[in-house]
Amino acid sequence: MTARHHFPAGLVLEARKRTTAAQPIVAGEPVGRVLLALDQGTGSVLEPVVAVGATVARGTVVARPVDAFGAVLHASVSGRVTAIDLREASTETGECPCIEIESDDRDAREPSLPSAVEFATLDPAALVEQLREAGIAGLGGAGFPTATKLCAGRERGARVLLLDGAECEPWICCDDALMRAQAEGVWTGAAVLSHALGGDTCIVAVEDDKPEAIAALRAALPDARRADWSVAVVPAVYPQGAERQLISAVLGVEVPAGGLPADAGVTCQNVATAAAVAHWARTGDPLTTRVVTVTGSGVARPTNVRARLGTPVAALVAAAGGYRDAPLRLIAGGNMMGRALATDAVGLTKAINCIFVATEADLEGRLHARELPCIRCGDCARVCSVGLLPQQIHRAVLARDDTASVRFGVRDCIDCGCCDYVCPSQIPLAWRFREARRHLQEREQATRRASAARTRYERRERRLREAEAARQQSFEAARAAARLATGAPGTPRPAAGGSGDGAREPGGSSSGERP
Amino acid sequence: MSAEVWLACAVAAALAATCGFALGWAASRLPPATDRLVDRIDALLPQTQCGQCLYPGCRPYAAAIASGEADIDRCPPGGEATVRALAVLLDREPKPVDPAHGPDKGLVVAWIDEQRCIGCARCLPACPVDAIVGAHRYAHTVIAEQCTGCERCLAPCPVDCIEVRPVPQLATLKRWPRAA
Repeated sequence: MTARHHFPAGLVLEARKRTTAAQPIVAGEPVGRVLLALDQGTGSVLEPVVAVGATVARGTVVARPVDAFGAVLHASVSGRVTAIDLREASTETGECPCIEIESDDRDAREPSLPSAVEFATLDPAALVEQLREAGIAGLGGAGFPTATKLCAGRERGARVLLLDGAECEPWICCDDALMRAQAEGVWTGAAVLSHALGGDTCIVAVEDDKPEAIAALRAALPDARRADWSVAVVPAVYPQGAERQLISAVLGVEVPAGGLPADAGVTCQNVATAAAVAHWARTGDPLTTRVVTVTGSGVARPTNVRARLGTPVAALVAAAGGYRDAPLRLIAGGNMMGRALATDAVGLTKAINCIFVATEADLEGRLHARELPCIRCGDCARVCSVGLLPQQIHRAVLARDDTASVRFGVRDCIDCGCCDYVCPSQIPLAWRFREARRHLQEREQATRRASAARTRYERRERRLREAEAARQQSFEAARAAARLATGAPGTPRPAAGGSGDGAREPGGSSSGERP
Repeated sequence: MSAEVWLACAVAAALAATCGFALGWAASRLPPATDRLVDRIDALLPQTQCGQCLYPGCRPYAAAIASGEADIDRCPPGGEATVRALAVLLDREPKPVDPAHGPDKGLVVAWIDEQRCIGCARCLPACPVDAIVGAHRYAHTVIAEQCTGCERCLAPCPVDCIEVRPVPQLATLKRWPRAA
């Protein structure tokens, strides 16, 4: 099966990963200390459930999510929690609270974990809950909790499972290496995920520049499933690996703006996630390791490493032979969408699929580029993978015209950076759009806060008015009663004025009516 | 011939009378247009009810803007963003917030030092949004999510145990400087 459809544009980038992907995955050396960030890449900060000084085993739950955007986090080594504090991390703000665990080198496994999971006998909803408890999250780079995605898919009846093996970033090849080495694991994971979704169809999409992975997957495809399961070959165009772009390329359906892939009837998961699910089903171990590409001209032997979560980047670089050639930037993720790291003490998260150690040459001169005014050449619009007009959004963002930037689709930008890449004026467009989205989010929060404050203020005003009116009324009534008690019985005024409820109390007129 | 003329006149008169009554009723029952303008201005104000604009609350200030009595630059908690939004709504030139009405402190909330609070309950009626919990001779506390940071509770406190603290905001994204 070869994809016929195609998303709007994108870029054909020179792949820099053939030799790296061909090497076997290196098992990461045991590390003395891991640093588990409480934001594992989704922006949702988890709540720690262990205290400093607590003894943990491999697989002990150390933090739990507070919303649907976080996944349960487990200790990746056995040892002692030595600190929970703010550290430099791979998050958008550059820092995040982290749990530091000092390893005792015994690698003891959490005793309460199951030995294996009989997923086929489980109810799909119970299976999703178990996946949530196992901390399975998207390993393609977003770290989105798999259980939450499966829930959305089940609710909306998205039965088609699309496994994303299109790794479009020019340097990243951890999924390629994984598909070559563990193709049967990908299919086992597909079986578990399909069972959770209640569907039969599964498509693994792989880019056409990974013939070895395609062959391995086809060879490992179980005979019994050949009718429903298939491998789709898609062209190697950046950003093919992005969820929406892949769905449009493989199935020819467009995910609506602001909607979910589930709205198009598809649930998309990364192949590495599927392999992690398979590992969990086979051993009962929660997600505590992942494969990460350590590459760039700044490392001695670019390779893929299977490392524990929380492994410091320095240890990952050491596993790839250490630094060489004056590296200039340390980037978590690829050169297109990655995020620069401040130090190599940052711990590996579920969302980091690549450590890119870039030298001057890798950055293609962009480091010294000076931003120039937009000349409205329209190159960015020609490459935008969502079909937006980045030059128009940019103008609206610079003018701080929120209405216009939303109308031009700043929220639909997937942050792929194609526009940055081609911009002759070196404008950091994607970054600016990210800032604009952040600003929109803050403004919405302010509006919500203001309307809540208005409601409370109005209620209070009404309550005070009513209290004042009641006080006035009882005051009037008391005055009338006082007049009735002291005044001459012949005066008609108190009787007429004191018709309020309080007026009758002291007088004998109402008591006479009672029987 | 004359009957048709009379009929046409009667129909026109009936139409005029119906429309007249309908419009008259609408004018008397529906709120006037300025009120809706006040609502739209009020919707853009931050609802801190702080009184820094020298009006007793956000809505009175909105009414003053609508009637042309006050300028749009009197709201420090709303800051530049509010002035800009008001300028767009009213088709005026945006301008910086008048510093005479106070500095823009960003998002702040009141915080009560419960060790020093004597439980006098004087701050409770001062809060325009009922965001302080407490009773006589019990320590008070501020519901941070409801507090608008208007600082009206600061003055009544006899032991000065209330202070305003900035709310941690979503930090701006980190971006590495390019080499010069």
